[in-house]
Amino acid sequence: MDRGTAGAASGQYQLTQLQSIESQSIHIIREVAAEFERPVLLFSGGKDSVVMLHLARRAFWPGRIPFPVMHIDTGHNFPEVLEFRDRCAEDLGVNLVVASVQESIDAGRVTEEGGPDPSRNRLQTRTLLDAITEHKFDAVFGGARRDEEKARAKERVFSFRDEFGQWDPKNQRPELWSLYNGRHRAGEHIRVFPLSDWTELDIWQYIATRDIPLPSIYYSHRRQVFRRDGMLLAVGPYVTPREDEEVFEVSVRYRTVGDMTVTGAVESPATSAEDIVTEVAASRLTERGATRADDRVSEASMEDRKREGYF
Amino acid sequence: MELLRLATAGSVDDGKSTLIGRLLYDSKAIFEDQLESVERVSRQRGDEYTDLALLTDGLRAEREQGITIDVAYRYFATPARKFIIADTPGHIQYTRNMVTGNSTADLTVVLVDARKGIVEQTRRHAFLASLLRVPHLLLCVNKMDLVGYDRQVFESIREEFAAFASRLELSDLSFIPISALQGDNVVQRSANMPWYEGASLLHHLEQVYISSDRNLIDPRLPVQWVIRPQATSLPDYRGYAGRVAGGVFKPGDEVMVLPSGLTTTVAGIDTFDGPLEEAFPPMSVTLRLTDDVDVSRGDLICRPANRPAMGQDLDAMVAWMTEKPLKVGDFFALKHTTRWVRAVVRDVRYRLDVNTLHRDEASSELGLNDVGRVSLRVTQPLFYDSYRRNRQTGSFILAAEDTNVTVGAGMLLGPD
Repeated sequence: MDRGTAGAASGQYQLTQLQSIESQSIHIIREVAAEFERPVLLFSGGKDSVVMLHLARRAFWPGRIPFPVMHIDTGHNFPEVLEFRDRCAEDLGVNLVVASVQESIDAGRVTEEGGPDPSRNRLQTRTLLDAITEHKFDAVFGGARRDEEKARAKERVFSFRDEFGQWDPKNQRPELWSLYNGRHRAGEHIRVFPLSDWTELDIWQYIATRDIPLPSIYYSHRRQVFRRDGMLLAVGPYVTPREDEEVFEVSVRYRTVGDMTVTGAVESPATSAEDIVTEVAASRLTERGATRADDRVSEASMEDRKREGYF
Repeated sequence: MELLRLATAGSVDDGKSTLIGRLLYDSKAIFEDQLESVERVSRQRGDEYTDLALLTDGLRAEREQGITIDVAYRYFATPARKFIIADTPGHIQYTRNMVTGNSTADLTVVLVDARKGIVEQTRRHAFLASLLRVPHLLLCVNKMDLVGYDRQVFESIREEFAAFASRLELSDLSFIPISALQGDNVVQRSANMPWYEGASLLHHLEQVYISSDRNLIDPRLPVQWVIRPQATSLPDYRGYAGRVAGGVFKPGDEVMVLPSGLTTTVAGIDTFDGPLEEAFPPMSVTLRLTDDVDVSRGDLICRPANRPAMGQDLDAMVAWMTEKPLKVGDFFALKHTTRWVRAVVRDVRYRLDVNTLHRDEASSELGLNDVGRVSLRVTQPLFYDSYRRNRQTGSFILAAEDTNVTVGAGMLLGPD
């Protein structure tokens, strides 16, 4: 899919599907840079945010990306991902803002959940909203995709947030053609989802075609794991197996990268993006269904979290 | 692989959810955990069958009320194409969401219950698809199993719809008799309807020719962003970034920049992967120009011999999307391509009944879900084509100046 001219040469003037969604995403990213005062791109080092950052680089090349990136650090992240995050920001010369959930806890803004291996998934929302207020960000790029989850399937590309950072799914702005409406008042902001029309398979095909580097944990590696709620959790500083949970070592990779406490691994021998494309194409489970405990709380847990201002 | 965007509308009774469920299921786009979740909810509610609508009705309110309120987007692929389905609600109170779903569609599927024939909703959806100039319309006569796969039933619905459609501007209209529940003519041609000689629905979606739907005649590049690296390695670089909205640009082409009217030539077409020999819709590219002319966001690059209309007085079909009616004298923020301007309503020429296509010329306002012909005056000249000629340079949105909410969608008429 290197050049859009492949179709032109044969007289068809037709883009491939990947070229088409790539072009759409670049258009969205440029609109935001042009219409907002202080955009920021949420960057976790996860594959979707890596693709989003790559698209931003394409959008402004040979210029630099004209906005900072921000990571909401739960303090429970995979070290390989944090290292990757820092290296990416440095290579691209973008400013990296890190907003820390631990600092929100220390400041008394949120309270750590009780019980063993507490998840900080929901606490991130407060940290995110505080950071948006503190830095006066008016547009926040997120890497969410509509194919991920049924509430996300309903969300606009430009998604309005009120002064409390809330999403009102029943009252979304109509979004027509590619005429995005980012108008808002002070204190309100817009979440922007340039990858809305991408599927998990698209992401992997794109990573394979464009040869985009990812954190190592996306590819097969040996790891000490145990089984909990049907998921393979890694043994680590924030997750301790209970007595009845047997620890074993297998070849795994991660399909999604979130908190170590809620993100499960899948057994896989896949060592390249091409291998993963094959695996994803054959998979009978969604990536969140297979690997995310945070979505298992209730039928509407994503909708509820999104209403509060979650990613 | 090509991408086809399709929009569907209809209520649960038309079998739309069953149809989408079947397309997704047969193309292996429904995953086991999604199906289990839907089965679990269906069981808890005491449904007699697994309600596949739960796959697309993702909001709590939709599940509670059992209706589709907002557009849901679904994704599936076959070896031939990838598809994005905008699954839109059919009820009149959600017309605005139907308009949203159809605005980017290559093809609209309208479902009809073979037992009920053409109903108000069928006409409304077909009208909106034609208003938004969706290039292909496909009428699926569903539940053929419940009418004994009777050819006569299909033919009479086809005739009735064709008569109605002759009053619309549709460039491509097809009909397929199906049973979404039994799978007849959905993926495979049905043995129950040997009299039908056309393609199955999926085959139609895979084969319908969409390459010629874009405007490749009139070169248009609305400038989104000016790229100036301000780096020592590229001291004088100026690139004009945007998405090609029409025609084909090549290096060496003589171009004109509007509104300045200055002419220059395309020095190069830049992308991250290297220079291109041609840029065409919907590519996102960066043009470099030979002369150092003044170009900024909101400007439009075209050819000197092929310019869009330019003016402050606009005539458009407007779909109204909010409770508070549009009235003569109202002010709005208007976005057209990459430019925001202020607009004032000069006249409501007529209101169109979306069910009967009757023109109400006495009406001086548009209410929620109305469509009408409106005259507007804007603060700065816009460079536009008729919507008929170009969906990108012929469309605009209106936003309320106080709440900033998008309240109207406009399709420009004239100059041709």
